Amino acid sequence: MIAIIDYKAGNLKSVECALKKLGFPCCITHNNKEILGSERIIFPGVGAAGQAIADLRHLGLDKVLRQALETGKPILGICLGAQIILDKSEENNTQCLGLISGDVKLFPSLLFSREKERLKIPHMGWNSVHLVKRHPVLEGIKPADEFYFVHSYYPMPASDKYIIGTTDYGIEFPSIIGYKNLIAMQFHPEKSGTPGLKILKNFCTWNGHYAE
Amino acid sequence: MLSKRIIPCLDVRNGKTTKGIKFKENVDIGDPVKMARFYYEEGADEIVFYDITASSERRDIMIDVVRRVAEEIFIPFSVGGGIRTIEDMRTVLLAGAEKVSVNTAAVKNPEIISEGAGVFGSQCIVLGMDVKKVELSEKIPSGYEIVIHGGRTYTGIDALAWAKKAEDLGAGEICLNSIDADGTKQGYEIALTSLISKNVNIPVIASGGAGNINHMHDVLKYAKADAALIASIVHYGTYTIKQIKDELNSRGIKVRNTW
Repeated sequence: MIAIIDYKAGNLKSVECALKKLGFPCCITHNNKEILGSERIIFPGVGAAGQAIADLRHLGLDKVLRQALETGKPILGICLGAQIILDKSEENNTQCLGLISGDVKLFPSLLFSREKERLKIPHMGWNSVHLVKRHPVLEGIKPADEFYFVHSYYPMPASDKYIIGTTDYGIEFPSIIGYKNLIAMQFHPEKSGTPGLKILKNFCTWNGHYAE
Repeated sequence: MLSKRIIPCLDVRNGKTTKGIKFKENVDIGDPVKMARFYYEEGADEIVFYDITASSERRDIMIDVVRRVAEEIFIPFSVGGGIRTIEDMRTVLLAGAEKVSVNTAAVKNPEIISEGAGVFGSQCIVLGMDVKKVELSEKIPSGYEIVIHGGRTYTGIDALAWAKKAEDLGAGEICLNSIDADGTKQGYEIALTSLISKNVNIPVIASGGAGNINHMHDVLKYAKADAALIASIVHYGTYTIKQIKDELNSRGIKVRNTW
């Protein structure tokens, strides 16, 4: 069973639909016992960091996630779930979970493309990912594949060793991060067509081992 | 680099798509779920549904459509038409849509934008704007006025001022429809799209007037639209989405071309 963590943060239904399509049993839950008893965890989220952290703490899920990380259970963070695993966020000046050291930063307000065109915030739409490391969850992903992003903040780990993939939006920002049994992506694999479903499928069969 | 998005739009009445469709393959004409799936597989970047069901009692049918679409397609989709309250938004989003769009309801009650953005996040809230070109005046300094009821009612609201206000209220995106260009197949309203897109910092989807790929090229390149909405040119089989994307790519517009 795959636990999709429910902390009132946005569209859990589409993650559930994608897993059902792929044929992996899953449940949407905030029950601590059920999450710790699951085989793997998906930590999604859209919304604001401040509220998300408050809701997670209220439900005791901050401790559950830490415990799951320590026991080696595969964990997948998506969107906000790839941000609030860091130490702190510029969004609402929030103290976050600290599973990976680093900060969550707001895109600079004046952002330009290589062609000197002004770029809008949020970064919304399809963009590619440059993989800087190989990872079992990203097996079969090609350089031309694109993924659906929608965000104004991005994760910035304290060390390059946590960066698995980067994306170009005026700046080159980390779009896939992780270590050990945790992998997290800023884009929405559940909304990124075939390549996104491939990532979810890989995650659902990943044993949580990753040699950096 | 971010791709420009190509977004087919489906009008749905009482759970059925309303425009005559000429699919080459054996697609059940009139079923929004099957059409959405067809466009998903053809490479659409997103899908927009407009519920034009007249009676509010029949809205449950649309919710059922949204639920089934969410099970079938794995790209974002938005739902507009008849969304008047936060509860309407919640129902549509919980059924599996990524975004909701508000149009008339926001003109009548702009706070629905800020309330919706506060509860669900800006990324969920699309402002639909129906716009007509008018004489320049003190009240309408941009020369473009917001209209409602399919263009029959002038609101006295300046389109540029409204777009900026909606951005301040927390709209995450604008779907900008030119009533003058809509249905003409003579091209998007370039001046209007350019005016709005360059003056807000949220994405703008150009809508109304697409008749060929050149029109799409122009609105994405010269008017700086972030996405182009299309309807009849794909519904009636003039082009496939793949053809559109291949040509745009060859003319230097970056669009997603593998899926």
